[in-house]
Amino acid sequence: MNLRLIIPVSCFLFLSCNQKSEKLPILGNREAVTRTVDGKTVTDTIYQTIPSFSFVNQDNKVVTEKDFRNKIYVADFFFTSCPSICPVMHRNMLKVYDKFKDNEDVKIASHTIDYKYDTPEKLKEYATKLGIEGNQWEFLRGSRDSVYTLAERNYLVAVNEDANAPGGYIHQGWFILVDKQGRLRGAYDGTKEDQVSKLMGDMETLLKETDE
Amino acid sequence: MSKRRIAGFLFCITAVCSVIYSCQSENDLNYARYYTNGKKLYDLHCQNCHGSDGQGLGKLIPPLTDTTFLKKHKSEIACWIKHGVSDSMLVNNVLYASEMPANPTLPDIDIAALVTYITNTFGNNRGLYDVNNAATDLKPCIISK
Repeated sequence: MNLRLIIPVSCFLFLSCNQKSEKLPILGNREAVTRTVDGKTVTDTIYQTIPSFSFVNQDNKVVTEKDFRNKIYVADFFFTSCPSICPVMHRNMLKVYDKFKDNEDVKIASHTIDYKYDTPEKLKEYATKLGIEGNQWEFLRGSRDSVYTLAERNYLVAVNEDANAPGGYIHQGWFILVDKQGRLRGAYDGTKEDQVSKLMGDMETLLKETDE
Repeated sequence: MSKRRIAGFLFCITAVCSVIYSCQSENDLNYARYYTNGKKLYDLHCQNCHGSDGQGLGKLIPPLTDTTFLKKHKSEIACWIKHGVSDSMLVNNVLYASEMPANPTLPDIDIAALVTYITNTFGNNRGLYDVNNAATDLKPCIISK
C-alpha cells in the first residue's frame, strides 16, 4: 500500500472511531431478522426493549410504558425501609432529578421490591420526605412477579427476597438508562458518585441523539 | 550560687514543659487514633444513610450537622448507635421519624471512635470521647432496654 492511500484510510478510521464515541452503545440481547423488501433480502437488528408494564405510582395512579414513550428515563430498584444501599442511591438520584428537573423528555422510575409494605401511601410519604413533587420521578409498585421479572429479564438487575439480608431484600444498585425506543443504553452503579456523573453526561448525549 | 539557682530554675521549667508537652502529644495521639478509626467505622456503618458529609437525606434521614443538637445529646449518641433509634427527633428544626437500625455487635471502643469522629466532624468540635466515656454512657441504656 502506498503512502497516498494510507493517509485517507487512517483519516477515515480515525473519524469513524470518533463518531462512535459520540453515541451510546445499545445493551442487552439482540437478534438479526431477515426480511425481503422489493425482492432484496434485508437484515435488521432487533434490540431488546422494555416490554409493556402496568404499575401503581405514589399518587395511586396507574402508570404504564406509554407514560415513558418518547422520553429517556432512568430506572432503579429499591424499597422505602431499606437500610443498606438505597439511601446512597437516592441521594445520588436526587442529583439526576435536580439536573433534569422539569425537562419533559426525562423521567425517573424507582420500582419498589417490597410489594408487601410499600403501598402508594408509603411511597408518597417517602417521595415527599425526599423532596419530590409531581410525577417526573415515579415510585412504582407492582406484584412480586411483575417487578422481579421485569428487573431480572428486562433491566438485567438482580433482586430477591432474603430473610437474612438487612431489611429482608437483596438487590443491586444499578441505575439503568433507557432511550426513547425502550432500549437499554447504559448501566451505572448508583452508589458511586463518579458513575452517576457519567450517567448525567450520557443522558445529555442521549437527549441529543436523533431517531434513526 | 546564683548561677546554680538559675540553672536549677531553668531545669525545672524545662522538665515541667516537657511533661506538659508529652502529655499533650499523648492526648493528641489518642484523639488521632480514635478519630481515624472512627472515620473508617463511619464509612462502613453510617455513611450510606447519613452521607459522606453528614448531610442526611431529605426529611428521611437526619443530618449530623446540627451542632447544638449533638452537643446537647452527646451522652446519648453511644446508646443510639448500639441500640438504634425508634423515637422521632427534631434536628435542624425538622422532625425525623424513621427508625435507625441498631449495631448490637459493636464493641465500646468502636462506639467511642464513632462518637469522637461524628462529634468532631461536620462542623462539630467536641474533642475526644474515649472508651471510658462510652462505657459510662452505655450503662443506663442497657438497663432501660
